[in-house]
Amino acid sequence: MDKFTELTAIAAPMPTENIDTDQIIPARFLKTIQRTGLGKNAFAAQRYDADGNEKPDFVLNQEPYRHAEILITYDNLGCGSSREHAPWALLDFGIRCVIAPSFADIFFNNCFKNGILPIRLPREICDELMDDARQGANSRLTVDLERQVIVRPNGESIPFDVDPFRRHMLLEGLDDIGQTMAHDAEITSFEHRPSRAWVPSITIGTVK
Amino acid sequence: MPVTNSPRTLFDKIWDDHVVERLEDGTCILYIDRHLVHEVTSPQAFEGLRMSGRRVRRPDATVAVADHNVPTSDRSKPIEEPQSRLQIETLEKNVAEFGVPYFPLRSASQGIVHVVGPEQGISLPGMTIVCGDSHTSTHGALGSLAFGIGTSEVEHVLATQTILQKPAKNMRVSVEGKVGPGVTAKDIMLAIIGRIGTAGGTGHVIEFAGSAIRDLDMAGRMTLCNMSIEAGARAGLVAPDETTFAYVKGRPFAPKGEAFEQACDYWRSLASDDGAYFDTEVTLAAEEIIPSVTWGTSPQDVLPIDGSVPSPSDEPDPARAAQIQRALDYMGLEAGQKIAGTPVDVVFIGSCTNSRLEDLRAAADVVRGHHVAEGVRAMIVPGSGLVKHAAEAEGLDKIFLDAGFEWREAGCSMCLGMNPDRLTPGQRCASTSNRNFEGRQGPDGRTHLCSPAMAAAAAVTGRLCDVRELVKETV
Repeated sequence: MDKFTELTAIAAPMPTENIDTDQIIPARFLKTIQRTGLGKNAFAAQRYDADGNEKPDFVLNQEPYRHAEILITYDNLGCGSSREHAPWALLDFGIRCVIAPSFADIFFNNCFKNGILPIRLPREICDELMDDARQGANSRLTVDLERQVIVRPNGESIPFDVDPFRRHMLLEGLDDIGQTMAHDAEITSFEHRPSRAWVPSITIGTVK
Repeated sequence: MPVTNSPRTLFDKIWDDHVVERLEDGTCILYIDRHLVHEVTSPQAFEGLRMSGRRVRRPDATVAVADHNVPTSDRSKPIEEPQSRLQIETLEKNVAEFGVPYFPLRSASQGIVHVVGPEQGISLPGMTIVCGDSHTSTHGALGSLAFGIGTSEVEHVLATQTILQKPAKNMRVSVEGKVGPGVTAKDIMLAIIGRIGTAGGTGHVIEFAGSAIRDLDMAGRMTLCNMSIEAGARAGLVAPDETTFAYVKGRPFAPKGEAFEQACDYWRSLASDDGAYFDTEVTLAAEEIIPSVTWGTSPQDVLPIDGSVPSPSDEPDPARAAQIQRALDYMGLEAGQKIAGTPVDVVFIGSCTNSRLEDLRAAADVVRGHHVAEGVRAMIVPGSGLVKHAAEAEGLDKIFLDAGFEWREAGCSMCLGMNPDRLTPGQRCASTSNRNFEGRQGPDGRTHLCSPAMAAAAAVTGRLCDVRELVKETV
């Protein structure tokens, strides 16, 4: 996973609530066995017409937003399906940071696992940042994870919260699995607790 | 492990019993008892293991089945779509390489992972259960803590049999009283989502309680917990009780004999203590719930069947008003119109929400003596091969086939249209599935979520209608 430290980038405003993961990447594109290559189909239904031509009114088809690395939306971003293809599609499109008043839990978690920083900010502030974003290519936002601030084009700093453990993982670009495997002894000891004796094992030959 | 004497919820107890270690910042290494794997969200996880030279820590706690991509037509033929075929072949290769138990596509036990788990007794009360699918919440009906995870977490669980998580908040949704005739678990859940919204449960695990919930059979409880994610919750739970134990007893992978009795004692101890603290409490009166459908493109866009579609002009927030207008345009509906009477093109009875034997019986009760309306395509997709066989043993297939329904093989099918079962643009569908998002059942398809009985009524009348009136006519 790539580290996330500081990002200065174009932000795309999407003033919509409940953007679900089916919108971010429709199910028909989930047949891949790779993590990459989904960016061209991110937001496919909004981005392309039935003939595959770009719809000019969709924000990510417009300049400068086709180069956006930050996405700003309204409440409950990423609701619905747990598909990690949603953050993969955003990442493959070029998005490294998503800002919204609230997120669906699984999507929020999936973002961190892929080096995308999700930031919760009140709706009024999201509105201000969207106004900044609408000023175009010269109006970039800086997201500084080390200092936990977003710097607006006018120089104002907006602080944000982030879970310390997840911040550390992003800043260092660390893999969770390696970290957890360091606790192997504790996991093994848990597995041998007498109170767990009732949990049946599934032997391979019995599943048919 | 911080076991205190203060009263705890069902969620607290299952959580506490699975904490391997609590890290400095409160993140817990949580042990996972069952990991269910399907073909869509696992290939990249197995590939990750392979790249790092890791193995599956507990193949004997892991079970795989293909469901999302599988055709629901004749299984003796090869899968036509090459990408779907590749995904299923990849799963078969991975389970063989890593020694994971697998229900093959042509096995009678194959089916939707959230139908198969409980049906086989693989999912049991008191367990932690994960799967790379948001509807893993279904298994919470057994009184297990079950939630959907992303593919990175699938890899994490395969490698470590644990997950990193902080505890959720507790929410209790109580439904008290008795539901009226024609009102099902689906209507109860749609009413709950309509009340709290699709983000109402964010950060919470919902425990469903109250007399109307206790009265539900296991299939109904699964419908309810299945759609917890549509209320934004991490998981849904129903406390295990005698209904649960009677369901679990004798299932192939459930404990047997004395081990079963001991397990029941443990499961009984999991119910929320009197005075346990819930961060959020919601109460609904069962008598006030009537058969419901969705009108829009979010599961919270719920209407009782006698209701009217909302108008953007009644919404003070301009962003929300615009969203209502967009949903109306997408759905091809007029502001203020009655939802009943809306003509449908397709009826889909299936999905992990409503494809169990009880669901098929409820639909058959409505269909018996009727025929599918002209111009309507109506399909039944049982949740598993075993559900299909059981339904056939009762003659339900004959009722559906005589009425003009398609009787298909098990899979996720038109709930999300990864296989060939899809709506064409503009088609309107009464569907027993769980999501009415734009494009969910096929690009530009229009979905109205409802119960199996309501979907059956729509099939025979060709319109969204009140199933109670149809059944009254027949009687």
